[in-house]
Amino acid sequence: MAGDCEKKPVLEMMQADGGDEGCVTYVLHNEDHTLGNSLRYLVMKDVDVEFCGYSITHPSESKINFRIQTRGGIPATEPLRTGLTQLNHVCQHVLNTFQARVDEFKGNQDQSME
Amino acid sequence: MAAPMSIVEEIRTRVILQEFGVKNVHTTDYPGNYPGYDDAWNMADFKKNFRIDIVDMDENTMEFDMVGIDASIANAFRRILLAEVPTMAVEKVFIYNNTSIVQDEILAHRLGLVPIKADPRLFEYRDAGNEGEDDEEGSEIDTIKLQLKVKCSRNPRATKDSADPRELYLNHMVYSKDMKWVPIGNQADVFADINIGPVHGDILLAQLRPGQELDIVMHCVKGIGQDHAKFSPVATASYRLLPEISLLETVEGEKAERLRGCFSRGVMELEDRDGRKFAKVVNSRLDTCSREVLRHEDLKNLVKLARVRDHFIFTVESSGVLPPDVLVTEAIKVLMTKCSRFLNELNTSNME
Repeated sequence: MAGDCEKKPVLEMMQADGGDEGCVTYVLHNEDHTLGNSLRYLVMKDVDVEFCGYSITHPSESKINFRIQTRGGIPATEPLRTGLTQLNHVCQHVLNTFQARVDEFKGNQDQSME
Repeated sequence: MAAPMSIVEEIRTRVILQEFGVKNVHTTDYPGNYPGYDDAWNMADFKKNFRIDIVDMDENTMEFDMVGIDASIANAFRRILLAEVPTMAVEKVFIYNNTSIVQDEILAHRLGLVPIKADPRLFEYRDAGNEGEDDEEGSEIDTIKLQLKVKCSRNPRATKDSADPRELYLNHMVYSKDMKWVPIGNQADVFADINIGPVHGDILLAQLRPGQELDIVMHCVKGIGQDHAKFSPVATASYRLLPEISLLETVEGEKAERLRGCFSRGVMELEDRDGRKFAKVVNSRLDTCSREVLRHEDLKNLVKLARVRDHFIFTVESSGVLPPDVLVTEAIKVLMTKCSRFLNELNTSNME
């Protein structure tokens, strides 16, 4: 479904319900709690999402099952895409704030040393 | 003593430490959980409430506060700092001669754990594909070559009846400062002013006696902590939640003294009012939350121990490869890379 045959697919979609696009389980390869939990938090914050959860299938395999169930017939790729974009924006904001504060701290340090 | 917050506010924002357990651990502010609260994700609100305060920073350690973020994202940063920020470390050890008492594999293991001062952002990952053909080669863009060549001999100038090995032998202790960098390709020009080598020169690798020698060539590659702990760039990275100690009643006299002794130094002080001493919480940030006060029957109902759920006090201690603030920025970028990778996958699969 996703990724060509030459490289290993990192994102697969296993559809549980036949016609309902709103209940989908994604398999994310080479991921663990790091992305799983933070993505789950942001997808849960979406109002259209009825259920969101992730699990690690087996600790020896580094892949997670990420399930999204939406209400109102919205396809599940929407909250997933929104969640990923929002996580990206959150990280960008954290990065900008952190770098600004580090520069400020270093500036204050230099000032007090002079 | 702040005004007590409503029960709902407490469930939403505080983790309560009780005698036999911890309450309200999980994040519950999802849309629909609390009637009357709009908990949908709002980027503007997040930006308004989020702040970072740097408490202390020197060349190897830093302590900073991250306020207004959820535990899942703060934990993601911590996990990435430990396991997914790349560094350079010795991977292949070519032992041409080892007549020391330390076995080959033990010595190779020790060499792998020595932190190498080379900026990993200037190197690329070694492609695991051509491992078979190119075993001894390593191009200049993905490998650092180091050499360790030490031979121990007897000191001709030692006095006849000394027993001190420092006097009797030359080169009998092999330190990490004996690992010399051998530039390959254009590395000599690119890294002309930076001395690539181990971060610390005083790590003892092996001990020799006269006649024993070591002749070793090492290849360093870029890797992440998930693969092997030697690639982890931090000595450790951890966070704790900001403690909050509130007194439920006024406490005076001898009880106040005992109450003060139950917490870490500096958390609680005795205030003098009309000659009587009253207990007052001065700085709950210093507390290590040992919950000692809950062990005393008469003191345990006088205080409430809680932690603020979205206030994280991070401590990042670098192993010397990169300064800690650079490590944190790299960790945040790694998380952004993960998100973009999946977004690309989603977009390309949708277009098919």
